[in-house]
Amino acid sequence: MMLRMVWQRMGIGLVTLWVVSVIVFVATSILPGDVAQIILGQAATPETLAAMRAELGLDQPGYIRYFSWLGNMMTGDLGTSKAGGATISSLIGGRIGNTMMMAGLVAIISIPISIALGLWAAMHPGTILDRIVTFGTLSLISVPEFFIATVAVLILAVHLHWLPSTAYMTGDETFGQLIKALAMPLITLVIVVSAQMIRMTRAGILNVMSSPYIEMAILKGVPRGRIILRHAFFNAIGPIINVIALNLAYLVSGVVIVETIFAYPGLAKLMIDGVQTRDLPLVQACAMIFCGTYVVLILIADVGSIVSNPRLRSPK
Amino acid sequence: MTEQTASKSEAEVIADLDAFAELPDAPPKRKFRLTWVGYTSCAVVVFWLAICFIGPSIAPFHEMDMDGDDSFLDAYSGEYGSFHLGTDYLGRDTLSRVLYGARNTIGISLAATLIAYLIGITLGILAAVKGGWIDMGISRVNDAILALPTIMLGLIVIAALGSSIPILIGTAAVIYATSVFRISRALGQDIMVQDYVEVAHTRGEGIWWIIRAEVLPNAAMPLATDFGLRLVFVVLFISSLSFLGLGVQPPASDWGSMVRDNLQGLTYGSWAAIWPALAIASFTIAINLIVDDISAKSGGSLAKKMV
Repeated sequence: MMLRMVWQRMGIGLVTLWVVSVIVFVATSILPGDVAQIILGQAATPETLAAMRAELGLDQPGYIRYFSWLGNMMTGDLGTSKAGGATISSLIGGRIGNTMMMAGLVAIISIPISIALGLWAAMHPGTILDRIVTFGTLSLISVPEFFIATVAVLILAVHLHWLPSTAYMTGDETFGQLIKALAMPLITLVIVVSAQMIRMTRAGILNVMSSPYIEMAILKGVPRGRIILRHAFFNAIGPIINVIALNLAYLVSGVVIVETIFAYPGLAKLMIDGVQTRDLPLVQACAMIFCGTYVVLILIADVGSIVSNPRLRSPK
Repeated sequence: MTEQTASKSEAEVIADLDAFAELPDAPPKRKFRLTWVGYTSCAVVVFWLAICFIGPSIAPFHEMDMDGDDSFLDAYSGEYGSFHLGTDYLGRDTLSRVLYGARNTIGISLAATLIAYLIGITLGILAAVKGGWIDMGISRVNDAILALPTIMLGLIVIAALGSSIPILIGTAAVIYATSVFRISRALGQDIMVQDYVEVAHTRGEGIWWIIRAEVLPNAAMPLATDFGLRLVFVVLFISSLSFLGLGVQPPASDWGSMVRDNLQGLTYGSWAAIWPALAIASFTIAINLIVDDISAKSGGSLAKKMV
């Protein structure tokens, strides 16, 4: 029962990935404006245009171009960047590690903090501190990421002079320098992601708290802290895994802003540069990586909530 | 004796009426009693909406006038007038640009949200009422778009089409119509199986009458609350794109791009980047607080439906 459901979800995930590739390709390829025209600019004669189209494979029908693009992407050939002519895999290879490192560090720092704070707020609902947490996190999730980043720069870099305001990296700095360069983007992302996670953890636990077996435990005289840690928490694990995966997926949009604001040499910065220069092959490749990661994380959230729910785990 | 029984039955009648009022399908009591937080937030939202209209006429300078003596100055009074919030990176008055920017940021977002609602509700109710392959078709496409991060969709479209205000509005409208579709379809499906809709069917009412008289009024309240949340998301989306330099293009003023342009001034201690950021924050936080207030009053079920 459970295995079948997990396989089913994975199948849906694969289909979604495929649809995503269609959306990305259609949105970037079959639109007004001709890439050959853009490359050649004013100097284009009908003959050179035709030659350029043939070279780029633009004279073929859309579906053939789609499948050759998809096939190339599956075999790791991401094509060549229009600006500079470097292969896209080499461009991405140089950046993806930085973004992964950042996302990983954010996850390691923010998950324990958020679960602890969310649990704590759920254990003391209605108290002043709970209200501060609820109001604070609501405010944080309703402002743009760059607002948090701006305020962080104002306080930590401009007034206190603790940290540099950009995360420029040359690749050969010492560990201490690396930490210093990473600190600012990390702090911003941790705040953004944690706020959402704290809210959802708190809501998840409070939701479980309204079920009959908790009422039973309360009537039995079990202390509140024990109810939450022994009864509520384990039943809320499913929703919490969901929350974590969803928020790591949310990091995808967070990194776009944060890498730009701190000039961090990551994948998102590469993509934004690609959008600005309208380097479509590069944008396609980056979009596929981001969307793919997003779909996989959502899939993990789905599978996680199936696995952690005993009713779905065992056959009826 | 008789008097006693009479009064007793009267009490029973009242009790019965009260019980009836507690039934789930009793008409909801439309009470808008907010806390002071809610009222303050309403005032903030109304203030910014008013600024959208009167902002340009009360602004001391034009948004594009470079009248300041230098860039990134603090508040001062010079030969051209008073710069209450200082100047930006080109020596323009920050206050005037914040006042002008309200029109762009809030106006674009409001337009996009309204269009998203128009598309989303129409298709959502259609899918809920018609069902069958229409529902299947729209829902599958919708799921696929929902499965992508919004900012990625925005980036892809802008990479292909370039950025202009109509494209921004259209992109945001289509992206956020997907979530409106999902909510209105769910609400519509809930309502379509209610007894009163069945009664209306049996009575021989047409499908349009049912949509107009039964479905829409019953879906209105949750959708209205959701509108607030959606507007916040759209404001954040538009200002994030502007912040990336891909939204509203200079020299028009827009809060997101104002933050981006003045970011370098932070290191000189200039607040030119902070003011527009605060403007966005005050608007979005206020809406969220109102929505929070309303859904806290009307029971949790409403809030859960809207996530």
